Amino acid sequence: MTDIAEPIYQTDALIAEDIDAYLEQHQHKSMLRFITCGSVDDGKSTLIGRLLYDSKMIFEDQLAALEADSKRVGTQGQEIDFALLVDGLAAEREQGITIDVAYRFFTTEKRKFIVADTPGHEQYTRNMVTGASTADLAVILIDARKGVLTQTRRHSYLAKLVGIRHIVLAVNKMDLVGYDQAVFDGIVKDYAEFAREIGIEAFVPMPISGFRGDNITALSPNTPWYKGPTLIDHLESVEVDNSADQARPFRLPVQWVNRPNLDFRGFAGLIASGTVKPGDAIRVLPSGKTSTVARIVTLDGDLDEAVAGQSITLTLADEIDCSRGDVIAIASNPPQVANQFEATIVWMSDEAMKPGRAYWLKTATQTVSATVQAPKYEVNINTLEHLAAKTLELNAIGVAEVATDKPIVFEAYADNRTLGGFILIDKISNSTVAAGMLHFSLRRAQNVHWQAVDIGREAHAAQKGQQPAVLWFTGLSGSGKSTIANIVEKKLYAQGRHTFLLDGDNVRHGLNKDLGFTEADRIENIRRVGEVAKLMTDAGLIVITAFISPFRAERDMVRAMLPAGEFVEIFIDTPLAEAEKRDVKGLYRKARAGELKNFTGIDSPYEAPEKPEIRIDTTRMSPEEAADLIVERILGVWSPDL
Amino acid sequence: MTRTLTHLERLEAESIHIMREVVAEAEKPVMLYSVGKDSAVMLHLARKAFYPAPPPFPLLHVDTTWKFKAMYELRDRMARESGMELLVYQNPEAKERGINPFDHGPLHTDMWKTEGLKQALNLHGFDVAFGGARRDEEKSRAKERIFSFRTASHGWDPKNQRPELWNLYNARKARGESIRVFPISNWTELDIWQYIQLERVPIVPLYFSAPRPTVERDGLLLMVDDERFPLLPGEVPVERSIRFRTLGCYPLTGAVESEAATLPEVIQEMLLTTTSERQGRAIDKDAGGAGMEKKKQEGYF
Repeated sequence: MTDIAEPIYQTDALIAEDIDAYLEQHQHKSMLRFITCGSVDDGKSTLIGRLLYDSKMIFEDQLAALEADSKRVGTQGQEIDFALLVDGLAAEREQGITIDVAYRFFTTEKRKFIVADTPGHEQYTRNMVTGASTADLAVILIDARKGVLTQTRRHSYLAKLVGIRHIVLAVNKMDLVGYDQAVFDGIVKDYAEFAREIGIEAFVPMPISGFRGDNITALSPNTPWYKGPTLIDHLESVEVDNSADQARPFRLPVQWVNRPNLDFRGFAGLIASGTVKPGDAIRVLPSGKTSTVARIVTLDGDLDEAVAGQSITLTLADEIDCSRGDVIAIASNPPQVANQFEATIVWMSDEAMKPGRAYWLKTATQTVSATVQAPKYEVNINTLEHLAAKTLELNAIGVAEVATDKPIVFEAYADNRTLGGFILIDKISNSTVAAGMLHFSLRRAQNVHWQAVDIGREAHAAQKGQQPAVLWFTGLSGSGKSTIANIVEKKLYAQGRHTFLLDGDNVRHGLNKDLGFTEADRIENIRRVGEVAKLMTDAGLIVITAFISPFRAERDMVRAMLPAGEFVEIFIDTPLAEAEKRDVKGLYRKARAGELKNFTGIDSPYEAPEKPEIRIDTTRMSPEEAADLIVERILGVWSPDL
Repeated sequence: MTRTLTHLERLEAESIHIMREVVAEAEKPVMLYSVGKDSAVMLHLARKAFYPAPPPFPLLHVDTTWKFKAMYELRDRMARESGMELLVYQNPEAKERGINPFDHGPLHTDMWKTEGLKQALNLHGFDVAFGGARRDEEKSRAKERIFSFRTASHGWDPKNQRPELWNLYNARKARGESIRVFPISNWTELDIWQYIQLERVPIVPLYFSAPRPTVERDGLLLMVDDERFPLLPGEVPVERSIRFRTLGCYPLTGAVESEAATLPEVIQEMLLTTTSERQGRAIDKDAGGAGMEKKKQEGYF
C-alpha cells in the first residue's frame, strides 16, 4: 500500500481555483478508444486499475471496498490488487478471470479514454475481436519474465486483422526483472521480427510496471535507459482514426428517412468517411442517381460542414429515391456495388458455420440474405498457418466467399471499417454468429449480368392460364409426402393444370448425384432444388416437391427466393413412431441398427414448420382425403375462375 | 483540413446513431424516462436525433409514487416541450398493497420498479426500451452491451450476450423477446455534466444546492419532501443546505450537504469529491457486492 505512487494527474488545483477555465479546457478534449490485450497473468487488469487510479477515477468508497477485497481475495498479499477493480462480474471474481469485454473510462487533461478490457484466453477470440472492432489503438502486454509467447502472437494478429493502426508493446512487470534493459531489448527484437511477418509496420515499445506505476504517467527513475514516451503521453498524442477517416471520400450510409411533413425529407446517418458541405454533388448508391446537398439540418441551426464521425441529417436539392440501406457518396468517387465477395470471417457461435445456409448479413445500414461457401482456408492464429477446413467452428478465423441475394454497397475493410465490416445473424435464433471483413468483390459479380428476356414470367404464366407456385411437402421419411404429392399432381393434371413433381429420387439420380447426406450436402441439395423450382415457376409451372427438408432455415431460404405467396409449405405431420412403424423402405430399421448415418428423426434433427400454409395430420386422414384438401386449398385460394 | 471532434461530439454522434438504429429496426420502441440527469441528456439527444420531427416514440415513466415533487413537475414540462406522448405506469398491485420504502425495504424497489417495468412493457407490447444507464456507474454495467437482449421474461444472461462489433447492432429478436438499449453507455458522470452545461439541458433543481428540510437516518441524509415521510419519535426535520447527486425515490436517496448552486459549482464539487455517485443509493448495497448484477438478472433496468 505504501508503494503506491501518488497520482500524477492532480488537476485539483485548477478545479478548485478556476472551474470555468477547467471546464473550457475539458470541453476541447478529444477521445481515444483502445484495447488492452494480454493473458491472464500479464497484468492487464492491474494496468487498467492503475490507469484509473492514477487519473483519479477511483473514489474513496471504491478504494475502501478495493482495499478490503484485496485483503480478502486479492493475489497481492496485503497490497492493493488493482485487478479487482475491473473484474466486474461475480463469477469472475470467484474464478479470478475476466470472461467478457468490459469497458472502462478515464480522462486526462487532453483526452477521454475508453478502454475495452478483453480476455486473453484462446476460447475468447470472439471477445477480443469485439473489443478491438471499435479501438484506435491496442496495448499488447507482455510479461517481461516470459517474453513473446503464443498468445502475444495471437493478440497481435487479431489486432492487425481488425485493422488497428497503432500498436503499443507494453513490456510489463519490469520490476520483476530488475528493470534490465537487455531483457527489454531482447523482447522488442523478438517482437519486431514477428510483427514484420504479419504486416505490422510500426509499433511503440515501452518498459512498464502496471503494479509499481513505472512509465505509466511519468518516466521512471528505474529505467533511465528508456528514452521514449510514457504510456499516457503516447495515448494522449497518437492520431485518432476519426481524423484519418475525414481524408477519405464522403460516404453516408442512410439510417433513417426523416419525413415529419410533406415539405421536409431528410436523410439521417453517421458519416462513415469524408466531409460534406451544402452544394456538394452526391450520388445515391446502389441506384446511381445524382443530386446536390441542399442543407445539413440540426436542432441548433444548419451546419456549413460536417465531417466523418458526426451523426447528421441532410436534405437534397432533388426529389430522388433514397431510403435506409442506401449510401450517399461524393458523386465523383462513389463506392462499389457487388453481390459476391471474398472475406475474412471470425466465427462466434457454438454452432459451426453451415456452408450454403442463408444468414442475414448486416453491413452499415444494409441487411441482406447471404450465404457463405466452405472456407478457402482457416488460419491457425497461433502459427498463422493456412489449414484446409470444411467449416468454421467457434473462434475460428477463415477466408471464404460470400454471396448476397442482392447487391450491396461496400468498400474494402482496409479502406473503410463501416462499409467493409459485417456481421452474420442466424435467421432462426437471431444471434450474431460471425463477424466479417470484406476484401474485394469477385469478378463474376461484375461480369455476370441477368440476361434480359422478352418473354417474362408473367407471360409464361398467362399463357398457361394459371398462377405458378411451389407446393413444398416436408416431413419425416415415410410420412407419406411422395404418396400424397403424387395424388395431388394427378388431380391438378386432371383439371388441366401444368405441373411438375420434383422428388428426392429424380433429383438425387441426376442433378444432385454428387451430394451425400451430411448436413452441408443436405443444405446444398435443398438449395439446388429451390433454384430449379424457381426456374420452373418462371416458366409458369405449378411445382410440387417432396423432400424431407428437415431444416427450417433451408425451407425459409427457398421461400425467400420466390415472390410472396408462391411458396406453399405443406407439413405432412406423421409422428416419428408412426413413420417408423410403417417403415415402407426399411430405412428406420437400418438407421436404428447404425447402418445409416445422419438419418432424420434418429440421429439428425427434424425441425417442424412453425407456421406451414397447410398441415396434414396423416393419423386422421387418408392420402386421398389429404390430396383433396390440398387441391381445394390451392385452387380455392388462387384461381376460382380458372 | 481535418477537424478533430471533441469527446462530447463523438459521444453525441454515437448516441444519436444508436437511437436512429432502434427507430429504423424496432417495431414499437419506448424511452424509459426517470427524470434524472441521465434521462435528461438522453431525451435531449433524442430530440436532436430526430429533428425536425419529434422523437418517434413515447416516454415511459415507471412511477413509484415516491419521487420528489420537483421531478414530477419537470417530467410533465419536458413531455410538453418535446411534443412526445408521456406514459406513466404505476404497478396496481403495489398501489393496492400500499408498498412504500419505509415499511417494505427492498420489496419497494422490486414491486414498483422491477415488476412495474415488466408490467408496463408487457402491457404496451414495447419491443425495445431505451434506458439511461452508463457503464461507469457500476461494475456489472461495464460489461453490458449497448443492445442488451432480454428473454421473454425480461431476464438478462451476462454469459450469453451477443457480440457487439463496430457500430453494427443486431436488433433482431423473436416475438415476446425484447431489447434494452443504452444510448449513453459510454458517457461518464463528468461527460453528462459537461454536456448539460454546454447544451443547457433542463434538469431537476434538486441537483443544485438550496436550504431543504432533512433528517439523518442510517448514515443517509434524507429530504422530507412531503407529509408522507414518517418521523421517528423525537425526530425533527432540520433545514440544511443540500443537493442530490442522483435522484430516485426520495426516502431512498441520500443528499449531500453542499453550497454548489450553479452548474460549474456542481461540477467542481463532483470533481473534488471522494465518493462515487451511487454511494447515496441504498439499492446497490443489497446482496453484498453483486447487488446490481442480481437485480438485472431479475429484470431490473
